[in-house]
Amino acid sequence: MKLDPKNLPLEYSTETNKLNILGFWIFLSAEIMLFATLFTTYFVYVDRGVGSGPAGAEIFELPPVLIETFLLLTSSFTIGLAVHAMRINRVKAMIWFMVVTLLLGAGFLSVEVYEFIHYYHIGATLQTSGFTAALLTTLGTHGAHVTMGLFWGIMIIIQILRDGLNARTANKSFIFSLYWHFLDVMWIFIFSFIYLKGMM
Amino acid sequence: MDFSDRFSIPPHDDPMLYASIVAIVLTSIAIVVGVTYFKKWGYLWNNWLTTVDHKRIGIMYIISALLMLFRGGADAVMMRLQTAVPDNTFLDAQHYNEVFTTHGVVMIFFMAMAFIIGMMNFVVPLQIGARDVAFPRLNALSFWLYFTGAMLLNLSFVVGGSPDAGWTNYYPMAGPEFSQHVGVNYYNWALQISGIGTLMTGINFIATIIKMRAPGMKLMKMPIFIWAALITNLMIVLAFPVLTIALLMGTLDRQFLTNFFTTSDGGMDMMWANLFWVWGHPEVYILIIPAFGIYSTIIAAFSERNLYGYTSMVASILAISALSFLVWVHHFFTMGQGALTNSIFSITTMLIAVPTGIKIFNWLLTMWKGKIRFATPMLYSIAFIPLFTIGGSTGVMLGMASADYQYHNTLFLVAHFHNVIIPGVVFAMIAGLIFYWPKMFGFMLNERIGKWAFWNITIGFCLAFFPMYFTGLNGQARRMYTYSEATGFSTLSMISFIGTLLLAVGFVFLVYNIFYSYRHAPRNIGGDPWNARTLEWATHSPVPEYNFAISPTVHSEEAFWDYKENDYELFKGKVEDIHMPNNSGWSIIFAGFFFAFGFFFIFHVWVGVIIAFLGIIGCLIYRSFEKDDGHHIHKEEIEATEKELGGAK
Repeated sequence: MKLDPKNLPLEYSTETNKLNILGFWIFLSAEIMLFATLFTTYFVYVDRGVGSGPAGAEIFELPPVLIETFLLLTSSFTIGLAVHAMRINRVKAMIWFMVVTLLLGAGFLSVEVYEFIHYYHIGATLQTSGFTAALLTTLGTHGAHVTMGLFWGIMIIIQILRDGLNARTANKSFIFSLYWHFLDVMWIFIFSFIYLKGMM
Repeated sequence: MDFSDRFSIPPHDDPMLYASIVAIVLTSIAIVVGVTYFKKWGYLWNNWLTTVDHKRIGIMYIISALLMLFRGGADAVMMRLQTAVPDNTFLDAQHYNEVFTTHGVVMIFFMAMAFIIGMMNFVVPLQIGARDVAFPRLNALSFWLYFTGAMLLNLSFVVGGSPDAGWTNYYPMAGPEFSQHVGVNYYNWALQISGIGTLMTGINFIATIIKMRAPGMKLMKMPIFIWAALITNLMIVLAFPVLTIALLMGTLDRQFLTNFFTTSDGGMDMMWANLFWVWGHPEVYILIIPAFGIYSTIIAAFSERNLYGYTSMVASILAISALSFLVWVHHFFTMGQGALTNSIFSITTMLIAVPTGIKIFNWLLTMWKGKIRFATPMLYSIAFIPLFTIGGSTGVMLGMASADYQYHNTLFLVAHFHNVIIPGVVFAMIAGLIFYWPKMFGFMLNERIGKWAFWNITIGFCLAFFPMYFTGLNGQARRMYTYSEATGFSTLSMISFIGTLLLAVGFVFLVYNIFYSYRHAPRNIGGDPWNARTLEWATHSPVPEYNFAISPTVHSEEAFWDYKENDYELFKGKVEDIHMPNNSGWSIIFAGFFFAFGFFFIFHVWVGVIIAFLGIIGCLIYRSFEKDDGHHIHKEEIEATEKELGGAK
């Protein structure tokens, strides 16, 4: 996106804001490396690390995974709408879209918790094999990121309610949206290369 | 193991440990009493512990690095003393394991990393003409997280026992089965916490260098050290997350009994080695590239010439950093991944010698026909070139996969990596410290004592490590706590021990020099005592809080030299109010919770872990709601300061 330097959106309006956004992009590149390491590990363990435990095809179930995917993809759309509402200065709509985003995120997490309990009951725990450890660590790291995002989002909503939309809160909201989209992209990889590939 | 046994103080029944515990307690009491007696708590808190000033944070990094150098150095002396004569009983096997492990961990993570980050902290904003880094508060947090990690690791040898599986911490050796005490937990958490700090430094400095350069400083007009710092931090951001995940998996294996690196149920012990070195090899270059940057700066300054081959220097740094991510397998050629894999990694490894060779020739050609001044920083830089070339050549030898079967895990390897790290990184850091000392503190270090230190360190280094090439080739394995008379290693081992002592004497000279110069060296040395070339010398020594009263405008990578020699106008414009960040105690408190979190986690004290975690969350929430817009230093104040320091710059 090319920004018109004379007419910058609010979240880019100060030097600090621009630095924050650049800094966060650099942080996201570190996050990409973090997840890349997890995926690499997972791919190493997916066939060779099963040991005496179950393989992916034996434990994956489509319905919860599909629900999770729909919830998270929709939340990525709604946070996009929130940022759009922010750009056209519709604070109320923005807050509502953020609330919807967080609710969808919470829904995603609940299904994921259900999924983890399910794995536990069918004997695929963290300790079962190299494969289950890699699987649950990858999913768990993503889930922990979403959880972190929920609390972060709540903090930002409180601040917008308190201070209204200004350079500071707009900057925070925009960075939060970057984070949320990133988690969504990671989920697309998880969905495609862990679940779908695993179920084939 | 019983729960309470984990906390055993000391971990082994050993008079040396009792002595160190007494020494630690006495030193701590002395510091607290001393600070209280001289009423310095306020000064310490306001000026150092809460500071967000990049110069002070840099100095704190460097002081910590020097302390860690002595800790790691003491370990080194103990190891060489143990192996000085055959069948020695000074240390037992377990104690020796812990000593060589902590030596490696302390030297790499808490000495070398801290030293280069400290140096970057001090130099980078000054050299790009900025007033601070992009995120000053984050910078303070980076330091305190590093410091937390360092303190955790140093706590290990008095509470619970130190890690004992080598600094590379290979599994299954480091797993819960073969290393039963909490040592490796300390390793995991100390490195995890300080690693978060390092990652934040990486983000901070990339943003700083991309966004905060003085007007006119285009990318190809950045001083070479800035290029080095930029690439180094890029490597930090790309490499450290790999370590984060590897340590997380290690923690899960050890503390939650998962099967990542075990040898059963689908665990793969070599996965650790791969992940560790995917991070670890870039890490080696994270250490050496800033060192190259410092040598380039010093060699140009003391040859009174501009750096030869600037563009090829930049290209070499880029090539080295890219290749460094493609060579990790050369650390375990003997693990049986097959000839094809070994050949590929053998070739990429040897390729690194090409850009490094280009740099060596550039340094030589910078000196050629230059007016060389043999000041101590320059002596270290000159000694670096041949010594590093030897280290590099033996590196190429080790990089040949087939020959590596002979060298692998012998003292030849130990000699090689000390040969690149000591003349490479440590010499650069000492040279940089001496070079920037007047900029930091406003007086010079004594040259005569400095040269004594230099000769002791250089000769000591050669004596300590060159013999290991020979015993290594003859088959002496590393990490063995003793050997028999019949091996014939005793003479060379004794020489190596004597070299270690000389090195130690050299470091004593270094410290004595600081003490001596503090008392006797003249002040009022002006802004540019070395007749140097880059922007940091354009301001006062020591540097005022705001760095530059007027932001410099730049047209080349040596704008300050042109200002001195070619009447270039460096400071266009006039003094205005300067916006500065506020100090804050938040970082140190936040890091304190991390310390508690790490400590309790190491010992499985879950209540403590939860409380410390809530503290961490609380700090994050506080920070989210905090409004800190910094403060302004007013024009009149700046003019008064500048007048006092001897004229506006």
